[in-house]
Amino acid sequence: MSIVSDIVVPARAPYSATLKKGQVMRIVDLESQQAVDALFYNAHDPSERYSVQDTLAAQAAQEKKFYLETGSVLLSNEGNALVSIIADTCGFHDSCAGACSCESNTVRFGHETRFMHACRENFLMELSKYGLGKRDLVSNVNFFMNVPIRPDGELTVDDGVSEPGGYVELRAEMDVLVLISNCPQVNNPCNGFRPTPIRIIVSEG
Amino acid sequence: MSLDAESLNLDRLTPEQYRARYEALQARARARAAAPAVQAAAGALPRVWKTETIPSGNYVGLKLKRFDVIRIHNLEGTAGAALFLWNADDVSERYNAGDTVKLQWTTVLTTGRVLFSDMGRVLASITADTGAGHDSIVGPNGPAQANGARNGRDNLRLAAAKFGMTRRDVGPAISLFSKVTTDAQGGFHYAGPPPKGAMVELRAEQNLLVALSNTPHALSPVQESTGAIRIEIGHNAPGPHDLCRHFTEEAVRGFENTDREFLTP
Repeated sequence: MSIVSDIVVPARAPYSATLKKGQVMRIVDLESQQAVDALFYNAHDPSERYSVQDTLAAQAAQEKKFYLETGSVLLSNEGNALVSIIADTCGFHDSCAGACSCESNTVRFGHETRFMHACRENFLMELSKYGLGKRDLVSNVNFFMNVPIRPDGELTVDDGVSEPGGYVELRAEMDVLVLISNCPQVNNPCNGFRPTPIRIIVSEG
Repeated sequence: MSLDAESLNLDRLTPEQYRARYEALQARARARAAAPAVQAAAGALPRVWKTETIPSGNYVGLKLKRFDVIRIHNLEGTAGAALFLWNADDVSERYNAGDTVKLQWTTVLTTGRVLFSDMGRVLASITADTGAGHDSIVGPNGPAQANGARNGRDNLRLAAAKFGMTRRDVGPAISLFSKVTTDAQGGFHYAGPPPKGAMVELRAEQNLLVALSNTPHALSPVQESTGAIRIEIGHNAPGPHDLCRHFTEEAVRGFENTDREFLTP
């Protein structure tokens, strides 16, 4: 399996790459409990993009869960497969809670958090490199982020369960643009209150 | 709490201090969720200026002014109605399903809860509700479920198109009148169609563009609408003790962000 790229994304930083169909991206949680927020687009027409509701409706029809794990297929707003999760040491990846933003932080954690760094700052900067903007910042995946939805409807961000060196592998099912924010959040447990670097390895499938 | 970032030195707390802040917020959210406020509307809607019926499978686009109130009546108990909202003054601000459930610590949307935009502001409040359940996790159906019938995704897209927008502008939506729960193993459960006459009332907290479609939930076994949706739109500004504006501390902060946009000299 030949390596296309192998880089370390610093704590709190963005990253993006275009995967050709069949290529595999491995995201490694180097130090554990690090949420990795990700957006996915059809590389040739980014108005086709990841849709959590299409993905979960399909999972529900197959008696699958409200979270993502090995075997999950991430669908677009046209119902097409963008990427598949082909390996995973964690077993739980959220897609319901969205990405943190400066604005939502003020609501969730208090106005005093307004000028702290957030995933949507990373995403907007990275989107701008592709001529995309806030209208394109839609539903995302939070790899390694533990967000239970309890039977009474409670939704919380709980302590992460990923181990040091834990990883998830995504196989591109079409040519796909992947945007990543190595989550800078310290106001909830998604990063163990201590953001850390991740490693991203892209290889030929 | 009105500490500014500098005095709190928020980028340099210890993990234990951040955790203590988070757990205090969580405890208050749990206390609120344990005391729900489900209630149906009390009386006639004030200052009604529009009524409309949406036949099975169809949709409408609506322009609401701040503090307009819309009652949505599910006359025959059809299995859902798809809803999406934009700020009419800047359509790049739109309904955000993730923020709506995360900021309120719950997927249960009913009286007292609010619908958040992507900008930490409130688009609409749920001011009354008969309690049929409203789902923003799985949401409205689409072509994959509808087997050729008119469906929520396409109808929301059509409504967006008539406001000059495209598929870029329609994100995860709400399926009104759709109760979905999860079990301890992580599976989904769709509770079945709502009772006839189910109603939900929303108050616009900004000037809004609204797309509303009479089409089922994605998990409904019946994938075609089985009856009309009736809407009434009136106007009723919130009073000083308004439930939604004080129901949670998160809503209070969301309304502080919202009302700041409507300050006048």
